[in-house]
Amino acid sequence: MEKAVMVIGGGVAGMQASLDLANRGFKVYLVERNPSIGGRMAQLDKTFPTMDCSMCILAPKMIECSHHPNVQLLTYSEIKEVKGSVGNFKVKVLKKPRYVDEKKCTGCGICSENCPTEAPNEFDESIGVRKAIYMLFPQAVPRVAVIDKESCVECGLCDKVCPAGAVNRGQQPEEVELDVGAIVVATGFDMFDPSGIPQYGYGRFKNVITAMELERLLCASGPTGGHLIRPSEGKIPRHLAFIQCVGSRDRRDWINHPYCSSICCKYAVKDAVLIKEHKTDSRVTIFYIDMRAFGRGFQEFVNRAKSEFGIEFIRSNPGEISEDPKTNNLAISFEDPITRTVQNISFDLVVLCPALVPSKGMPELAKTLGMELDNYGFVKSQDSVRKPLDTTVPGIFCCGYCLGPKTGDIPDSITQGSATAARVSEVLAEEGAS
Amino acid sequence: MEQEPRIGVFICSCGTNIGGVVNVPEVTEYAKTIPHVIHADHNLYTCSEAGLTAIKESIKEHNLNRVVVASCTPRTHEPLFRAACREASLNPYLFEMANIREHVSWVHPHDPEKATRKAKDIVRMAVAKAALLEPQTEPEVEVKGSSLVIGAGVAGLTAALSMASQGFKVYLIEKEKELGGIARRLYKLYPTLADSSEVVGPLTKDVESHENIEVMTSASLKDISGYVGNFNAVLTGPEGDKEVDVGTVIVAAGSSNYTPPKGLYEYGVHDHVITQGELDEKLKKGEIGEPERIVMIQCVGARKGEIRPSALEAFPKSDTAELLRKILKARKEEGWPYCSRICCMNAIKNAILIKEKSPKTDVVVLFGDLRVYKEYEDFYRKARDLEVRFIRHIEEVRPEITRTPDGKLQVMAYDALAGLEVKFPADWVVLSTPLIPSKDEIMLGRMLKIPIATDGFLMEAHLKLRPVDTNVDGVFIAGTVSGPKDVSESIVSGEAAAARASILMGNGKVRTDAITAVVDEDLCIGCGLCEEICPYGAPRIEDGKSKIREILCRGCGSCAAECPKRAITMRHYGDNQLLAQVKALLVPQSHEGGLT
Repeated sequence: MEKAVMVIGGGVAGMQASLDLANRGFKVYLVERNPSIGGRMAQLDKTFPTMDCSMCILAPKMIECSHHPNVQLLTYSEIKEVKGSVGNFKVKVLKKPRYVDEKKCTGCGICSENCPTEAPNEFDESIGVRKAIYMLFPQAVPRVAVIDKESCVECGLCDKVCPAGAVNRGQQPEEVELDVGAIVVATGFDMFDPSGIPQYGYGRFKNVITAMELERLLCASGPTGGHLIRPSEGKIPRHLAFIQCVGSRDRRDWINHPYCSSICCKYAVKDAVLIKEHKTDSRVTIFYIDMRAFGRGFQEFVNRAKSEFGIEFIRSNPGEISEDPKTNNLAISFEDPITRTVQNISFDLVVLCPALVPSKGMPELAKTLGMELDNYGFVKSQDSVRKPLDTTVPGIFCCGYCLGPKTGDIPDSITQGSATAARVSEVLAEEGAS
Repeated sequence: MEQEPRIGVFICSCGTNIGGVVNVPEVTEYAKTIPHVIHADHNLYTCSEAGLTAIKESIKEHNLNRVVVASCTPRTHEPLFRAACREASLNPYLFEMANIREHVSWVHPHDPEKATRKAKDIVRMAVAKAALLEPQTEPEVEVKGSSLVIGAGVAGLTAALSMASQGFKVYLIEKEKELGGIARRLYKLYPTLADSSEVVGPLTKDVESHENIEVMTSASLKDISGYVGNFNAVLTGPEGDKEVDVGTVIVAAGSSNYTPPKGLYEYGVHDHVITQGELDEKLKKGEIGEPERIVMIQCVGARKGEIRPSALEAFPKSDTAELLRKILKARKEEGWPYCSRICCMNAIKNAILIKEKSPKTDVVVLFGDLRVYKEYEDFYRKARDLEVRFIRHIEEVRPEITRTPDGKLQVMAYDALAGLEVKFPADWVVLSTPLIPSKDEIMLGRMLKIPIATDGFLMEAHLKLRPVDTNVDGVFIAGTVSGPKDVSESIVSGEAAAARASILMGNGKVRTDAITAVVDEDLCIGCGLCEEICPYGAPRIEDGKSKIREILCRGCGSCAAECPKRAITMRHYGDNQLLAQVKALLVPQSHEGGLT
C-alpha cells in the first residue's frame, strides 16, 4: 500500500486516525493549525470518570505521532486548496512561518527566557502570559518555538541568545503540494463565548469563569500551578457553582445552539469532584436542566459525586448572576424547583459550561473541501445512521467533535478515529482494485 | 551481563505533580550517590520530547547500559521510555521505572519531607534492580490474515465487511438463524425514522455475498486456543463442528434486553404492561391501534443504586453459571446501576410513531432526566411539537401502577414541575428497560479471558484510550458487549475494531512481551502444578519436564510462585532482582537515606 492519506487536525481523534493509518502502512500527513499537536485534550486537567491525568495519557500518543516513520507532521499549517477526487486528491498546504527553523531548534527555551515581551497565553485561556517567542505548552510536539509577530517588538534578543542559530525572522510562508488518496477531517470544536448571555456577566464579573478556564486553573501545569484561586484577588474560593447549558439547548436566535453539547454534565461533575479533592471543605453546587450522565461509568460517577463527595445538584436554569462590588461575590438567582420560589444564593466563584460550537475555520475548510455542513455548522454525515463518518464527499471522512455532539467524549473520539482509519483502508482498497 | 552496570537516573517533576511535593533536585543529588549511578538529572516532564532526547543523549554521552526513570506509572509510560532506550541502541529491558507520583507525591501531598525520603527509597530500590537487569528479546510471531467475528448484529456485520473488503478472510458466526442481531427486531431507527431493515438489509446482503466472508448461523464458539496471530477456534453449528485458524478475533456478541421481574409495574401480570422493545414489535405489526392514552416509564431497572462489586468478587475463579447468577441476583434486587444511554431516544421515537399514526392518542413519558444527548434535542422537540407530554417525576419517587375505580390501568407519579401527584388512566403502560450483559457475552468473556467490568459488560483495555481493544492481544470488542450503544454507535465501533484488527493482520507479524516464565529443567521434577495453575495454558509437561510456550505466557508469575522446586523464574522479575530491591529498601548500606 503506497497511498498517502491526509489528516486535518491533531487532536486526539486526528492522532488516533493518523496512528492507525500509519500502522496499517499508509503514509500520513497530519496537518495542524496550531504550533503543536494535542488539541483540546492537552488543555484538560483530568479526564472523567477515571480521573486519569489528561496530558499523562495523551503525551505518549503525541510522541508516537512525531516518531512514527509513516507520519509526517505539518504543524502551524493550514489547508489552502483541494483538487481531485477519491484516490487522487491534490492538496495545497500553507506552512505559516514560525520564524524559527524547525530543523535547528532544539526546544531549549532560552529564547523564551530572554524575550522581553509578554502576550496572553492562549493555551491557558489567556489567564496567564507567555512570551512573544514561545512554545504552546511544555510537552509541545514538535518541540519547536514560534514567534508571534503581533506581539514581537523585533528586538532581536532571541536571535542573539539562541545557541542553535535557529531564529529566522525573515522566514516566509511556504506552500507544499501533496498527493493523497483520502482525507480525514478532525478539526474539533470551539467554545461559545458566554458574554453572549449578558445576564451571566461573563467578561464583566471577574469571578465568573468558563469551564476551560477552570481546567487550566486546576491543572498542575497551568498558570497557577494547580491552585484554584479567584481571579478577583487570588483567594481560594470556598463556595462554587457550575451552570450547565450556557448556550446549549438554547434556541434564542442570537445564540442558536439548540443541541445538547453532550459532555458538559460529565466534565462539570468531574471538576466538582476535583475541587472537593483539592479542598475538602469547599461547597460545590451544580445547576442543571437534565443530568445527562450517559456513557460507561458516568451514572455511577454521578452517584458517587452525590453520596461520597456531597456535591449539591439543583435542577434549575439560573436567570441571572449579580455581583457584590465590594466582595466580588456573586449571587445566582434561580427558581427553586422544590419550593417553586425565586431564590438567591451567594457564591465565591461561578463556572459557566458553554456550548461547544463548530471551530472558527470550519465554513472555509468545508468550502475548500467541497463538503456540506449541517444546520449548526458541523460536518454533515452522508447518512447519520449507516455512514456516520462519511462526509458528503467520497474519500473525505470525519471524526471527533467536528461532527458535532455526535461524539460524546474522548473514547468516542478515539473510536471514531480508528473507525475512519478502517473506512479509508476499505475505500482505498476498492480504489486499488478497480 | 559481564559489563559493569552504568546507570543513568532521570527524575521527573511532572510539572508540579511531583515537584510540588517532592524535592526533586535533592532526590537527584541523592541518586548520584547510589552505587553504579553514573549520571542523574531531572526534568520538568521526562515524557516530553526534551526529556526523551535527554535520555537518549545521556545514554550515548555517558555510555550508560541501564536507565531508571523516576516518574509516574509504567502502565501509561513504560512503552515510551523503553522506546527511547531502543532508539539509543539500548535493549529496552535494561530500563526500570520508579513511581514517585502515584506512590509518593499524590498520596503524601501534605508531608513534603517524608515524601522526599520515600522518593529516595523508591529510587534506590529501582537502581538496585536495574543493576541486575538483563537484556531480553521480544518474540515475534506471524499473524494470520483471517479473523473470527462472533455475533452478526450491526457491529459484527460492519466489522466483518470492513475486514473482508480490505482483503482479509472472515469467519462470521451468529447464534440465531438470521443475521442482524437486535437491530433486526427493531421497527424504526432514530433519528431518521428509517426502517431498521433499510440498514440491516443491505448490510446482511453485502456480508452474505462477499467472497471473503464465510457465514455460519445457529452457531457458537465451542472452544478457542492459541494466541495473537494464531488462534484455533472450534465453531459448532447445525452441521457439526468446524475448526478455523485465525489471526484475530472480534467479539460482537451483543447484549440482552432487561426483562422486569414479574409484578414490577404489574409486568407479566397485566398484559397491557409491556417493555419498549415489545412496543417496537407491536408497532411493527400494527397491534397498538388508536388507544386513548399510552404512558411510558423511563429507567425501569436502570440507574439503580450504587455499583455492587461484591457480585463480581468471585471472578475469575468461580464458574460461569455461578458468576452469572450472582450478577443477576444483585441486579434483580436493585436494577442495574448505569444509564442505558439509548432508552430516552427509543421512547421519543416510539412516541412520535404513535402520534404520527394516531394524533388523538395521549402519549405521556415519565422520566427523571431526559438524556437526549447529541443533536437528538431536535428529535425531542419534534415529539413535543406533536404534543407528546413529557413529565419529569422526582427521581427518588418512582411512579406506581394503580387502578381506576372501573378497573383500568392507572399510573400515578409525582410531577416535579407542578409539585403535584398526577394520575393517568392508561390503555398501555410501556416500560423503558436497559440493555444488560447477556449470558453469551459473559461466557465468551471467560472463554477468551477478557475481564468483565463492574457493570457486567466486557472490559476494554483502557476506558479512555483503547475503547475497542481488550487486554488479550489480538482480541477486540465491538457493539454493545462493552455497554449500551445505538445502531450508529455500534456501526462506528465495528469499524474501529476492524481497523485495530486489520493493523495486526496487515503487518503479518507482531512482537509480544518478553516478560515470560523460564524453566530450569535441572530443577524441574515435572509435578505439573504449573500446568494446573496457569490461567493461560502456557506450561505443558513434556518428557517429564515443564515446557513454557512463551507466546501464551502473560508473565503473571503464578507458576513461579507455585513451583515447589523453584524451577520457574520470571524474565525481568527474577528472585535476585526483586530481593535486591527489598534489600535496598531495608538495608540502605553505606549511602544516606533512611527507612520510611
